Amino acid sequence: MPHLSSPPSVLAARQRRERLTRRGLFFLTVFPPLLVVVMAAVLLGRAWPILGQNSLWALMSGRVWKPVAGQFGFLPFLSGTLWVTLAALVLAVPPSLLTAIYLAEYARPPTRAFMKPVLDLLAAIPSVVYGVWGVIAIVPWVQHTLAPFCRRAFGFLPLFRSENPTGFSIMAGAIVLAVMVAPFIIAVTYEVFRAVPEGMRQASLAVGATRWQTIRHVVLPKTLAGVLAGIVLGLSRALGETMAVLMVVGNVVQVPRSLFDAAYPLPALIANNYGEMMSIPLYDAALMTAALILLVIVLMFNVAATLVLRRMKARSQ
Amino acid sequence: MKKHWHWRHLEETLARGLMLLSFAVVAVSLALILGTVMARGLPSLDWAMLTQSPKGGYYLGKEGGILNAILGSLYLAGGGTLLAFLFSLPLSLYLQTYVRRSSWGHFVRLGLDVLWGIPSIVYGAFGFMVMLAIGLRASLLGGVLVLALLEMPIMTRAMDEVLQMMPEELEQASLALGATRFETALRVVSRQMLPGILTAVLLAFGRGIGDAASVLFTAGYTDRLPTSLLRPAASLPLAVFFQLGTPYPEVQQRAYAAALILTVLVLIISLGSRWLAGRLGQFVVK
Repeated sequence: MPHLSSPPSVLAARQRRERLTRRGLFFLTVFPPLLVVVMAAVLLGRAWPILGQNSLWALMSGRVWKPVAGQFGFLPFLSGTLWVTLAALVLAVPPSLLTAIYLAEYARPPTRAFMKPVLDLLAAIPSVVYGVWGVIAIVPWVQHTLAPFCRRAFGFLPLFRSENPTGFSIMAGAIVLAVMVAPFIIAVTYEVFRAVPEGMRQASLAVGATRWQTIRHVVLPKTLAGVLAGIVLGLSRALGETMAVLMVVGNVVQVPRSLFDAAYPLPALIANNYGEMMSIPLYDAALMTAALILLVIVLMFNVAATLVLRRMKARSQ
Repeated sequence: MKKHWHWRHLEETLARGLMLLSFAVVAVSLALILGTVMARGLPSLDWAMLTQSPKGGYYLGKEGGILNAILGSLYLAGGGTLLAFLFSLPLSLYLQTYVRRSSWGHFVRLGLDVLWGIPSIVYGAFGFMVMLAIGLRASLLGGVLVLALLEMPIMTRAMDEVLQMMPEELEQASLALGATRFETALRVVSRQMLPGILTAVLLAFGRGIGDAASVLFTAGYTDRLPTSLLRPAASLPLAVFFQLGTPYPEVQQRAYAAALILTVLVLIISLGSRWLAGRLGQFVVK
């Protein structure tokens, strides 16, 4: 411990240790950004045999997936990912935003205190458990209730018509995924709404606006970028979610046409086939291409969203 | 005033109703998930599930349990959390002590946020490729390493957020007494922030134990109890997944029970860290 009567040599030793630890620890900070780069490089290297031979466009728009014949068309998987993710967002975003607004603008402290652990728990439940819930509860419900109802009520729209007799479908995947990403979107957007200065709300209320008018005309315009960033973060979570979706979405290689068709998203493709991938030529490169696509999309979304959120936070302080 | 019942008041009521409805949907879905998993898992949960590893014919509905997966998951997540902790604590202390608001600090945090967002299946694929290159087979060691990578950004960012709440006066008091910055970080900051640090560790542990996609390639699966770092290790999420995939109802029942065990573990960790943080919070300087 420091002491006034420490001889100079002790002080010098402590200062030397300080300098050494400082320099040593600096190397730790290099690791996280480096890991991102290394990850992308390794995946790119393993995907190169296929990326180097085919044009990116040909791979992305190819509909035929026959690894044994060396045909790798990613369109079924890309479209499957897109369908499930977008459908999940359509289901998740409105209730998530309303809940976040309610928590930030209306709820009393006890309600907030109750909601925090609920959201934490929802975020902590493993994705496999969501998958089990999907298989037990959502898939049969989609099969016996939702799909027949939609066929009767909206059957004239191709979006709701399907030959798929099971409940394992985009719809089931989207419902499960929506419940999974909702707590995430709520948590991020809640923070964004809380960052609006209280004075702005009070100014609006003081001139006679109702609370909802204040939200619509003051809070929402001010937080639009942050809310979008929150949604994008939720979107990138949904894109990469593997097990829960894989368990309920059907995994049929096809370009889906309806919400009740089965789909085969990219993460499911990787998870289902890693076993065979070393025994068929180029198969491993194809699966690593799938992983690389996921990584690149998520990377772009996350960097953009994180920068927007950080800027909002900095401005409010 | 009653006469001026405007559209805006109706709008207010409508909006409030919709919000309460959404709020209820979110809260009820948690109850639904927990309820479903309990209702289906409890009937097939018995003592043998927790204390035995799978015997011959287990996957046809015969005797055995999933002790292999329970132990495997604890080892995998425990090992991963330990490694991640050894890296995350010094890193977050460094970020807080030396590069708090510098542009390098911002850049590193951006890197951590991005890592946090990368899907676990990508970690799994990356880990598998690296293991292939260095000749490591699917094993407990491989799983631990990949989980450590997966947990590291979660833990570091969670600690970083906590450390930002460090009372500045306390830090300055330590510096004013002649302690160096690192001595302050180690002896004052990390003690004062102990509850938050523990919460961060448990948060990462919870993520690690529930993650399936990353250990699928890297840790493999086995019916044996994990004994060696270089052998494959089973894990609970994969036990759920594989058993649910069999065509036998008895085995599927066990998948529900395994899901229940996993859920209870995660709930204990999540609620336990809350409780622990509250208890330890009594011993820090307010």
